Amino acid sequence: MDPIRVLIVDDEEELVSALEQRLNLRGLEANGVTTGAEALAYLAETPCDVVLLDVKMPGIGGLELIKRIKEERPDLQVILLTGWSSAEDAEKGKQLGAYDYLMKPVKIDDLVKVLLSATARGGGQG
Amino acid sequence: MTEEITRGSNAHEDQDRLISQRRYRKMVIVVVASVSAVAVVPLLIMSGITYRQYEEAFQAELTRPMLRFAEAGKASIESYLSERLSALAVVARENSVEGLRDSGRLEALLANLNQTFGGVVDLALIDEEGNAVAFAGPLEDRSVSYAGEPWFREVTGRGVYVSDVFLGYRNLPHMIVAILHDSSEDQQYVMRATIDTDAFHWLVRARSARRPERDPVCRRCHSLGVLPFSDAFIINEERVLQSSSRLYGEVLDPTPLPSLPPSRQAELLEVEDEQGEPLIVSYAQIERSPFTLVVLSPRVALHAGWLPVRRDLLLFPAISALLIMAVVIWGSIYVVNRMREADAKRAALYHKIEYTNKMAAIGRLGAGVAHEINNPLSIITQKAGLVRDLIELSSEAPTSDKLMPLINSVLKSAERCGRITHRLLGFAKHMEVQWENIDLNVLLREVLEFLEKEASYREIKVEFSYSEEPPPIVSDRGQLQQVFLNIVNNAFAAVEDGGLIEIGIDRVGEEAVAVTIADDGVGIPEDQLGHIFDPFFTTKKGSGTGLGLSITYGIVQKLGGHINVDSKVGEGTRLTVTLPITRSHA
Repeated sequence: MDPIRVLIVDDEEELVSALEQRLNLRGLEANGVTTGAEALAYLAETPCDVVLLDVKMPGIGGLELIKRIKEERPDLQVILLTGWSSAEDAEKGKQLGAYDYLMKPVKIDDLVKVLLSATARGGGQG
Repeated sequence: MTEEITRGSNAHEDQDRLISQRRYRKMVIVVVASVSAVAVVPLLIMSGITYRQYEEAFQAELTRPMLRFAEAGKASIESYLSERLSALAVVARENSVEGLRDSGRLEALLANLNQTFGGVVDLALIDEEGNAVAFAGPLEDRSVSYAGEPWFREVTGRGVYVSDVFLGYRNLPHMIVAILHDSSEDQQYVMRATIDTDAFHWLVRARSARRPERDPVCRRCHSLGVLPFSDAFIINEERVLQSSSRLYGEVLDPTPLPSLPPSRQAELLEVEDEQGEPLIVSYAQIERSPFTLVVLSPRVALHAGWLPVRRDLLLFPAISALLIMAVVIWGSIYVVNRMREADAKRAALYHKIEYTNKMAAIGRLGAGVAHEINNPLSIITQKAGLVRDLIELSSEAPTSDKLMPLINSVLKSAERCGRITHRLLGFAKHMEVQWENIDLNVLLREVLEFLEKEASYREIKVEFSYSEEPPPIVSDRGQLQQVFLNIVNNAFAAVEDGGLIEIGIDRVGEEAVAVTIADDGVGIPEDQLGHIFDPFFTTKKGSGTGLGLSITYGIVQKLGGHINVDSKVGEGTRLTVTLPITRSHA
């Protein structure tokens, strides 16, 4: 079975790299980018099952990015990562089609669970 | 340095208290002065007028008896003299010279006159040459010639004569009255009578010796509690006593009185006696004689009755004024104290609102800070988790090359968290006023650090500009942080994403620095510009308290500075905070 392909989008590069490595260690295929623009470019060219998305980012923010992703790839699952102060944004994100949201700092097991659940439900794309 | 500033700050606070005490004391003085001016001054003026009127009325009441006495005395003496002159005229008219030359006839006439009028000592008929041709009386001296005597010349010239008083051979006071005998012959004769002036004493003194209740004049004086007068006497033109005086001695003694202006009716005059005591003089000239009746009284005696009245007149306004002043002073102190309490309460309330506003500002920051702290915390969590994963999940043991960057990243992120919390704590403290040297550039950058993330997400550009290196100012750090955070927060709220906020620090003269915060946001309509510093005025419907700029304005004023605002709808808003370089009282 192909590993679940995850795209991590967060403006904190350190966080992106740590998550990449941890998810990879858990058998997922994770890649990371630090801006919305990079994410859109990546998704245009690279197959992906689920996007892990930070809500607050300079440039194209998380919510804007969901809209754009859902426009292009309505079936692609998006999970939001957010701080406590952005709980309202997370709810908005869900309304825009996000599968779920997780509060920072997130536990890796919880994240993997949600990723697995999202891909099982969404089916992903080959 | 810090200690010096703190000490200086305490000295300033003492000075503030002193200024405040002086202000309230001055307020008490102003209130007391103005209220007493409108309350006491009219009372004093009215009392003064009443006093003056009373004094004049009392003076008139006291001097009227003296005038009336002088008038009455004048009438009595004139009547006395007139009777005797008329009697002499009757004698001359009814008797021929030949008849009068008969000594028996003259003796009989003298006896008749004394019986009818009394007081006639002798009678004489004197011819043109001044020789007595007939005489009736106790002391006859036919050798005397009166031809050279002034009185003889006067009577032959004017037809009538009344002499001064003189002491006769018996050392008793006398006077002479003489008239021209109306003879048909060529020869002129003079009828002369010597009058005993003892009667003057009775005429002058008898009135005062009467029982006061029988004399309306004296009764009036008695009811006023004063004697009608102290002395009454007659003087001649040379102011020599013609009757005895209590003050100036016996008949023919001189008096120290000044020359009295001639007057046909009784007059009043104020003179001083030899001791310099003021005397009230009433005098009346006796017609067809050299005499003047004088009535006098020391002013003190006259005023004896006035004193209790005066005391009452002065006591009433004095007590009233004292009572009014006491009430005014008490009232003013009470009112000013209440004002001071109210001011203190208001200041405390203002301080509380200021505190609340600061807490609200911090609360607003909290959201941003929480997000900001979450990022490094997430990094720490994930990096530490990765270390554990490497140990637990990797087939081979992780090398230090792999672990060290992760650990360094954890430490770096922890440091980042530390910086954020430190910044927040640095902002939250200093609630107490503390004067210190402040670098505005550093302070503004610290404030902006709170909004760094928002600026980054919203792509808001913040630019700093200085005309020269800004000088440090002495001010309150906590208060200034609040001021600039309020203003910058407003600027962030006003601009669109991608907007521009320009911050400038410029020196204004030698004593002030101006911090300008300009945004290219929505701007404030002209009709609202005048209200932006009013409490509870807000343009952020639902999200603003309307206290931020009001408090900012109050703080800046308290720090001795001022705020100017300039705005245009659609172009942006520019707020300029001017602050003194050294501490000053606004």
